[in-house]
Amino acid sequence: MVYLDYSATTPVDPRVLEAMIPYFSASFGNPSSVHRYGQVAEAAIDSARETVARVLNCRSDEIVFTSCGSESDNLALRGAAYAMREKTGAKWILAARVEHQAVTKTLAHLEKYEGFVIEWLDVNESGAVTAEVVSKAICSNTVMVSVMYANNEIGTINPIKGIAAVCRANNIPFHTDAVQAAAYLSVDVEELGVDMMSLGAHKFYGPKGVGALYVRKGTPLVSQLTGGGQEFGLRAGTQNVPYIVGFAEALRLVNEEREARAQHARLLRDRIIGTVLEAIPDSRLTGDAASRLPHHASFVFKDVDGNLLLTLLDAAGFACSSGSACKTGNPEPSEVMNALGFSREWGLGSLRVTLGKDTQRQDVEEFLGALPNLVDQARKLK
Amino acid sequence: MTKVVVAMSGGVDSSVAAALLKEQGYEVIGMMLRLWSEPGKEDSNRCCTPDSMAQARRVAAKLEIPFYVIDAKDVFREAVVQYFLDGYARGETPNPCLVCNRQIRWTFLLDHALALGAEFMATGHYARVRGTESGKVNLLRAADRTKDQSYILHVLNQDKLAKALFPVGDYTKPKVRQIAEKHGLPTAARKDSQDLCFLAGEDYRNFIQRNAAEMLREGDIVGCDGEMLGRHSGLANYTIGQRKGLGVASPVPLYVITKHAASNTLVLGTRDELGSDELAAHEVNWIAGEAPREAFRAEVKIRYTAREAEALVTPMKGNQAAVRFDAAQRDITAWQAAVFYQDDMLIGGGIIV
Repeated sequence: MVYLDYSATTPVDPRVLEAMIPYFSASFGNPSSVHRYGQVAEAAIDSARETVARVLNCRSDEIVFTSCGSESDNLALRGAAYAMREKTGAKWILAARVEHQAVTKTLAHLEKYEGFVIEWLDVNESGAVTAEVVSKAICSNTVMVSVMYANNEIGTINPIKGIAAVCRANNIPFHTDAVQAAAYLSVDVEELGVDMMSLGAHKFYGPKGVGALYVRKGTPLVSQLTGGGQEFGLRAGTQNVPYIVGFAEALRLVNEEREARAQHARLLRDRIIGTVLEAIPDSRLTGDAASRLPHHASFVFKDVDGNLLLTLLDAAGFACSSGSACKTGNPEPSEVMNALGFSREWGLGSLRVTLGKDTQRQDVEEFLGALPNLVDQARKLK
Repeated sequence: MTKVVVAMSGGVDSSVAAALLKEQGYEVIGMMLRLWSEPGKEDSNRCCTPDSMAQARRVAAKLEIPFYVIDAKDVFREAVVQYFLDGYARGETPNPCLVCNRQIRWTFLLDHALALGAEFMATGHYARVRGTESGKVNLLRAADRTKDQSYILHVLNQDKLAKALFPVGDYTKPKVRQIAEKHGLPTAARKDSQDLCFLAGEDYRNFIQRNAAEMLREGDIVGCDGEMLGRHSGLANYTIGQRKGLGVASPVPLYVITKHAASNTLVLGTRDELGSDELAAHEVNWIAGEAPREAFRAEVKIRYTAREAEALVTPMKGNQAAVRFDAAQRDITAWQAAVFYQDDMLIGGGIIV
């Protein structure tokens, strides 16, 4: 089998696993305890937080550890929405149409149950939100803006710096979901200018089940998980010490190896994009050709059932993904495909190929050797 | 390793089929079709509820085989549901399961199986296939006659039979349960039901009301000699042989004898008028690939659940057959299948005209 779905998840780096192991049984203390068992665990978390803060170029008390990227998104959106409503009475939230469901569903929830109003920002033909679009949409009643750093489905990188500048000029909190981006792009929050940023470890060779939210000092935020005073009172619950240690180690390694990983992936990705568009009729690249994640290639094929193509690929030994990925075989074009304006005959036939640091040239060649015939088969079966 | 796709339902039979094939050394792939349900009831098609999908997925995980769900909503809607509605529009009592078996399971799904590189497709049906020296494949009743499901498979031609495997057909149901237990598989059968999968447990008349209300036009009820007996509420509401709920007063019990779609009339008669000792079948599929040269004695089954009846079957041109029973049969219903057996061997079958 060849795994080409690193945007779905990545294996835990052995170095990360090694860093985590001591905190399961040997140093098992509760970080909140007074005794030395607790102190050891607390020190591990403090150290992890400092590591993350160094990579993000922020203060360590601006890092809140959570259980995953989705929880980080929930905390940022709900937490800031409630706090801003209390503070200013504003109830207008701006977000991109093509956000991950962790954002779109959370906002839909805020709209349905909490009376907020969501304005979905349109994207350009690359699937990007421009600073101009944000600037035009902002008004005095805006609570916050949320635009993802890079899109999970089509790999497009958004102009986060520009959007952040617009938000700051209007004094409106800006959140970005950087879950997909963190594996390959700089997450320096000073450079980016964001107020909140969601991260999840398993996209960059850390364990599943741990995430973090960066919250700039002074950003209004109400905790969502209430209880003990952990994580500066913003996220109750005994900290998952080994996973937090794993998160920090994985992020530290990304930071060290980012350029090398990106370069390795970019070469292979460009080979995939070039070959697919040339070898397969009625195929198109989705997302931006230049401003895209270096490990990310995504396509649509006309008159292909994307799910079926994934099935054929899996049976042939290649694990990929599709925008409309759905294990129950009930295909509908994804929101992203709709937002990009693809008709159903194109939008159902999406394919995402995402590479990892251990993907070999030969894996890619084998994949490229098999794909055209499988697309052909999928078309014939339709 | 030879690849085989198993059509899985999450029930005991197809699960055991997969387990047996794996034991026999095949590379097994599990597949399930997602079929059509009415908008708003997407999760209620009996053949592919979220529950049965989850169950099949668990079985596949247990057997360590890959499992895929294939979308067949559109093709099922066009081929099977439309056939059902069209049949009622003509005043018939169509059997969409036959069409589903031929066009969905043994064409659409089989094509997908072959595209995945499989040489065979297996199901959990109780039936048997046997290769012969001539290269032809025979279709036989299950070893466990009480569980035999070959009736529904009479639509398969030699091409498809050559690719078909029915691993549980050699076993009795208790033995199948035993094998399931041995492998730690679920032992419950999927709820056996005569209802059509896409009706989601509802009465078919409600379905027709919603999807083709024009088929429920009122009309006359007449006797066999044409005398007016009353009014009916739409031909689709009645089945051949029906006695209750006709709303006609009569000194002797009356039964539905036929339905005339052209004149939209329902014809009633006495019990004696109901039976017939002959039927004609068309679209006959002869399992051997060609019709027998001469008339032959056979046991004929006229419904999935009917007991076989002794008859003389005369093959005719154009894939037709005439069947003369030794004794009159009560509920010969157009558009059900008549299937011919000699001992264990399925000779052929067609649609009752």
